[in-house]
Amino acid sequence: MNDVKRLVEPLIPALRRYAGVLIRDRDAADDLVQDCLERAISRWGQRRADSDTRTWLFAILHNLAVSRLRQKARRGEHLALETVGDSAALSQAPDQEHRLRHAELMRALAELPEDQRSVLLLVSVEDLTYAEAARVVGAPIGTVMSRLSRGRERLRRAMAGESVPAARAHLRRVK
Amino acid sequence: MSVRPISEDDLHAYVDGALDADREAEVRNYLAAHPDAASRVSDYAAQREALRQALAPIAEEPVPSALNLDRLLAERRKPQDRSWAIAAACAFLAVGTAGGWIARGFNMPAQLGVSGLSQEAVDNYRVYAADRSYPVEFTAQDRGQLSQWISVRLKRPVTPPDLTSAGFRLMGGRLAATPHGPAGLFLYSGPGGGRLEVFVRPMRVDQNHRMTERAYGGLGGVDWSDDGMGYSLIGAAPAKELHPLADEVRRQVQSLGA
Repeated sequence: MNDVKRLVEPLIPALRRYAGVLIRDRDAADDLVQDCLERAISRWGQRRADSDTRTWLFAILHNLAVSRLRQKARRGEHLALETVGDSAALSQAPDQEHRLRHAELMRALAELPEDQRSVLLLVSVEDLTYAEAARVVGAPIGTVMSRLSRGRERLRRAMAGESVPAARAHLRRVK
Repeated sequence: MSVRPISEDDLHAYVDGALDADREAEVRNYLAAHPDAASRVSDYAAQREALRQALAPIAEEPVPSALNLDRLLAERRKPQDRSWAIAAACAFLAVGTAGGWIARGFNMPAQLGVSGLSQEAVDNYRVYAADRSYPVEFTAQDRGQLSQWISVRLKRPVTPPDLTSAGFRLMGGRLAATPHGPAGLFLYSGPGGGRLEVFVRPMRVDQNHRMTERAYGGLGGVDWSDDGMGYSLIGAAPAKELHPLADEVRRQVQSLGA
């Protein structure tokens, strides 16, 4: 069990960040991370010897987060387009223009479909390789690459101030 | 030697620094000759950097105590004890079904007053506060709907108390069942992730009762009633520590009624 502490503990901040940004609710995200850690502890022995701890943990957390998002959508709960990272980023941004830029980026990120947002985060922020990201989201690498490409392009257009009709359509569907 | 055509995947791998040196050089040459692609790639790189910067502070926050790995590991070691508790509960259940009808009415006095209320609140706390997925039916975002639902069912105006000044954030609430009809249940999340419950229902007995502190194993409770409405506050702390919170709830309810 010493292994658990040595290998898992350093990853907790990144797990919190990933879940928080993915499901856009920081408190609920911490509940998911707790759930993820409990599962990791109880399944530690079943971990494949060749599997990387980080990929394994992100995969557990990703599954928990996605099923939570689906349940919420099924129950017709309003998905607030808010706040994740806002406060953290805003408080550190040096001036107003930066703050606005940050807020815009967070909003554009929140408006991405969940499958594009997750890949973008895993690759751009959490530094997973494409193969690791594919294992986390349970999709072939080709799918991961096309989600990454679509996510980046959509975010780029949103930041350039172009309208993104596909994102709007997606949001309507979720509601 | 002809160069393999540059793909969209190559452009992203270039942004992410995932190419080997040869391929990276090929992509760089391609971008030098294709300004549109180069501008897109530079936007992607800037976006990647902006995301990392914007989200870095989250990973630098102190980890909440609910995610303390030592504690989670320690709790993991308890299940051996729990299997005995389950066995005991099964035995009790077996005896209970056989003797239940005879014993009914003798050793199970209906708990109508605030002590009954407190017990109901604890039972519900054990079910809902421990639930990691759906502790509440309505979240704090839908506070208005939640208040309306509970007020209609309790036939009394009920709003969730605001305990943010004491560090407890409203998670939401639900309707709960008691032997005396529906009750309102509000859950709060505390500074360390600990959960606090405020449980309320109309009282026929003990319509006005002083504050009483109770202990249930690791849980503490404070309950009281005013003008026919009973309140019970349950949390994972000694009742003495919960008492100021109960005072605050009572103060808010009275100021609303006034």
